Amino acid sequence: MSSIEERVKKIVAEQLGVKEEDVKPEASFVEDLGADSLDTVELVMALEEEFETEIPDEEAEKITTVQLAIDYIKENLG
Amino acid sequence: MTLTTSLNDKVALVTGASRGIGAAIADTLGALGATVIGTATSAAGAEKITARFAEKGISGVGKELDVTRAESLATLLESVKKDFGAPVILVNNAGITKDNLLMRMKDEEWAEVIDTNLSAVYRVTKACLRDMTKARWGRIINISSVVGSMGNAGQSNYAATKAGVAGFARSLAAEVGSRGITVNTVAPGFIDTDMTKVLPEAQREALMSRIPLGRLGAPEEIASVVAFLASDAGGYVTGETIHVNGGMYMA
Repeated sequence: MSSIEERVKKIVAEQLGVKEEDVKPEASFVEDLGADSLDTVELVMALEEEFETEIPDEEAEKITTVQLAIDYIKENLG
Repeated sequence: MTLTTSLNDKVALVTGASRGIGAAIADTLGALGATVIGTATSAAGAEKITARFAEKGISGVGKELDVTRAESLATLLESVKKDFGAPVILVNNAGITKDNLLMRMKDEEWAEVIDTNLSAVYRVTKACLRDMTKARWGRIINISSVVGSMGNAGQSNYAATKAGVAGFARSLAAEVGSRGITVNTVAPGFIDTDMTKVLPEAQREALMSRIPLGRLGAPEEIASVVAFLASDAGGYVTGETIHVNGGMYMA
């Protein structure tokens, strides 16, 4: 089983069409990885599917970087 | 150059497919190779659709759906995805009328028409959209009415919903165009269906006199436009309202 970090990075790379090595923890989806608003919605949906959870909208809005996504998953599913 | 209208391997969901325009749309998409899920408000209506598909050699089934109930929709989509795969073609056709002059209109007549004709388009489209964005291909086609553009006394509720879906389509087209999804509206004029058969003869004649082509439209003439939009041939049309009314209203 891959770690949460690896799984999150893989999904971000797939959803945003970027290389996995560019998916650094501090990378912002919009500013660094070129996501638009629809991309970020799809990304959150993909995370929900991967980790079989539901991320409330008000929490989803705060998940703007790779590290914040990893932290959210760890805190809520750990 | 050939006109590519094949819908092979595509799953299509058509609401209100037991009769009239919806039935013609379901049958036409099926004849072009799509697997069609046609919905009806009753189990008997759904069975009739299944029987009709079988008779015509169309792949797919009829299913019961109340478009005003989220649970009914969730149940339907779950079973469709399991048996056929997620729909990538959605035709929002189900609709009702509750005509009345506004001064006499009851709150229920307003609310029911809004819920069935407009809120249901939001509901069903939203439920299908995620799978279309994943597939990076989708077709959403709303069946509206000429009344949404030209207005009609006694149909303020109906006309509001029909104008509403066109605006919905334009906005959604802007949202999801980058995912290969087109969203369009087809606005039929005076079509020969059960909905128009109930009109009094005098009103029919008055309407006919305003149609340059001098006849009612056939449900198949709406279905062919929907099929075009659903196919690759219509792939660059999005956010548009296509009027199909024999010239009764020219926008």
